[in-house]
Amino acid sequence: MIARLAAGLFALALGFPAAANIEIQQVTSPGGVEAWLVEDRSIPFVALEFWFVGGSALDPADRRGATYLMTGLLEEGAGEMDAQGFAAAVEGLAASFEFDASRDAVTVSARMLTQNRDAAADILRAALVEPRFDADAIERVRGQVLSIIEGNARDPNDIAATTFAAMAYGDHPYGSPQEGSAESVAALTRDDLIAVHRSTLTRGRVAVGAAGDISPEDLGVLIDRILGDLPAEAPPRPGPVVNNLAGGVTVVEFPSPQSVAFFGHAGIERDDPDFFAAFVLNQVLGGSGFQSRLMGEVRVNRGLTYGIGSFLSLADLSPALLGQFSSSNELMAEAIEVVRAEWVDLAANGITQEELDAAVRYMTGEYPLRFDGNGTIAGILAAMQSDDMPVDYIVNRNAYVEAVTLEDVQRVAARLLDPEALHFVVVGQPQGLSPGN
Amino acid sequence: MLRRLTLALGLILTPMAALAAGEVEEFFLDNGMQVVVIEDHRAPAVTHMVWYRVGAADEPPGQSGIAHFVEHLMFKATDTMTSGEFSQVVEANGGSDNAFTAQDYTGYFQRVAADRLGLMMQMEADRMRNLRFDPVEVATERSVILEERAQRTDSSAGALFNEQMRAALFLNHPYAIPIIGWRHEMEGLTIEHAQAFYDTWYHPNNAILIVAGDVTPDEVRALALEHYGPIPASDTLPERARPQEPPHIADRRLIYEDARVANPYVSIQMLAPVREPGDQAEAAALVYLAEILGGGQTSLMSRRLQNEEQRSLYAATFYDSTSFDPSSFSLVNVPVPGVSLQEAEADLWRMVDIFLEEGIDTDQFARIQFRIEAGEIYAEDDTAGLARAYGMELTTGLSLADSDSWTDVLATVTPEDVMAAAQRLFDDPSTVTGYLMRPSDPQANTVEVSQ
Repeated sequence: MIARLAAGLFALALGFPAAANIEIQQVTSPGGVEAWLVEDRSIPFVALEFWFVGGSALDPADRRGATYLMTGLLEEGAGEMDAQGFAAAVEGLAASFEFDASRDAVTVSARMLTQNRDAAADILRAALVEPRFDADAIERVRGQVLSIIEGNARDPNDIAATTFAAMAYGDHPYGSPQEGSAESVAALTRDDLIAVHRSTLTRGRVAVGAAGDISPEDLGVLIDRILGDLPAEAPPRPGPVVNNLAGGVTVVEFPSPQSVAFFGHAGIERDDPDFFAAFVLNQVLGGSGFQSRLMGEVRVNRGLTYGIGSFLSLADLSPALLGQFSSSNELMAEAIEVVRAEWVDLAANGITQEELDAAVRYMTGEYPLRFDGNGTIAGILAAMQSDDMPVDYIVNRNAYVEAVTLEDVQRVAARLLDPEALHFVVVGQPQGLSPGN
Repeated sequence: MLRRLTLALGLILTPMAALAAGEVEEFFLDNGMQVVVIEDHRAPAVTHMVWYRVGAADEPPGQSGIAHFVEHLMFKATDTMTSGEFSQVVEANGGSDNAFTAQDYTGYFQRVAADRLGLMMQMEADRMRNLRFDPVEVATERSVILEERAQRTDSSAGALFNEQMRAALFLNHPYAIPIIGWRHEMEGLTIEHAQAFYDTWYHPNNAILIVAGDVTPDEVRALALEHYGPIPASDTLPERARPQEPPHIADRRLIYEDARVANPYVSIQMLAPVREPGDQAEAAALVYLAEILGGGQTSLMSRRLQNEEQRSLYAATFYDSTSFDPSSFSLVNVPVPGVSLQEAEADLWRMVDIFLEEGIDTDQFARIQFRIEAGEIYAEDDTAGLARAYGMELTTGLSLADSDSWTDVLATVTPEDVMAAAQRLFDDPSTVTGYLMRPSDPQANTVEVSQ
């Protein structure tokens, strides 16, 4: 007891658990699909995560929205089951399946009770391998997608991100919303859905993470039961795209008392030798928590926003350094100047040793706490594989962060932060903000 | 598919319950502070939470938003810590922290490595009584909460509509007032208001400590005694007696028009009973009713209105089971283009009539019952979620025994119970019916781009 208390009081002297105390088993199914497993028998269910890499960026250019609509239809009827039959079957087994699309992957998050795992797996297999794409289901989900597109067109946050992406990426799939446009979605046919289903959901490019109540042997069999009948071949992905956005401000007029700003410029690849230095730099600039420069200057010291942050986007085809915040229309111009000033200062002067130490302490301490449940762990394992990260990354990650020196951060700050390239898309009715300044 | 749309409606989904029985221990300190420990040794981490039995519904009249404002100010200076140092120390210890305010409670939490628990308690105990309000910081932070209101409420047609619906539903109870506060009252909040609210409510005998994670009850007891034990109880703690609702004898209707509305919808809300100490059967039956009538994809409303008739983009029911005072049961219908809001409203009542006439499909009932039971297994995977659920229950008047028996109460609900509860709820209720729609004159809908 006394020892624990002392640890609390002299926290900074003692360091942290070096890594999460989890053990990853690498599994290859009899059918040849690789998976990572964290076996934990304490709760009688398993969480499975499948990432079909490629995602909505695989949409044919003239079929924007096909992958998104297809993904929405996976739970709307499969095999012998129509939409209601499918929903009742999932409900009756108390399983849960979530299907989602992003520009880089179609993801499936599944939870299955140990007591009826095989039956649940058969239903998931049907959804992935034998979706029906019934005409009435297509029309119903198409209507939902159109309503989402309509909603996004009236949401300042969506307008900001969409405008930014269109300016940065143009005709590349990253340049348009994955939901498609009202016109493109209206034109999608059942054959289009069948085509993107065949090209997107393949066992040749799937990352599998599992955590919970299952042995490696049983997991291998289970994976083949679910994925075995999917095609092996995956189509080529689009090439990388350069963020072409020049510095400045773009204002999108929108009736609201508050403006939303989405800002950023090109970022840094995960395999760049300076990636971890950039990772630490971003923590100081606008990382999570209350200690970042942006949070301190824009919120705490001036009260110009409720929250502001920046992040390193590691989208597969174009990394970026991005950020977002909202300010009242009359405060937005001042807030942007504060953000810009931080960019200039960090690019020129870098960070302090105290900032480096605090960021490293936070990042290394927070990391092991993430591995706190089967669902979370399965997701992390699948994401790591989709990014081609080594299995020992979790063990070594904190050492990479701790190895970052002040010199590394100053170097990457000068290289990465470019005030001249920093672009703000502002959606609202900001006062005193001249476009292009 | 519809996860986004649900969020866009601005409705707050209450987690069903704390379903795990598991290893949970409760004890009280001599100063009246309640302590709950939830053990989970899978990761070397703990969630440390302090909940106060005070929320927006306990605010003095005219000071709406003060509970939430004080929550923000709790991160400022104390006698021994500088402003912002709390979060700085948490983050320097590799943890994360935040806080939340609701109608019935205010909570503070940190998630840290298990061996930092003592430090968290030391700081949390410090700010329970030693906060020092500074006029400059109060002014700056008031600007932050006004920005928060602008971001979360004023920028969202759905949130503004929901605020109006609540204000219309509650005739006398402070649940009518938004948690964030009305803007004109937020602008008038002062350092004196904050000090008075803090001095009234922030005491150990009004607090609940919940620790979940890689600890034992003995460890928590020793640390809690050391850090929270010395704080004296307040002998002037007010009773939480809010003005109650008179009988609702008139239907009320409201229309909120906003150019930002993407998908117009209709919402019907009515008062509903909630879980009461030692008496949770009616609420349990209403949980089933909300599921069967408008819960998931197999519910009557989803099956009929979305799938078979294709008249709705989304149709659902919401029931708030865990609340200090009676709360609400809601029906929502987002019609497909071409179906009017009047027709969508009629569709909702048609579904209620069909339900009352046709009764409950026994297969569906069995499936939902099994899923509720299985929820207990999945809930064990998220101990921070369990901690939140206990906190909600204990700050809304329920005991740990009520919490632990909730699963059993749910398991013993019969289809007949659900029908009887539905008859009582829908037997000539007084309702608030709201339309969220675009202005009839479709100006100001244009979006212009300039660079």
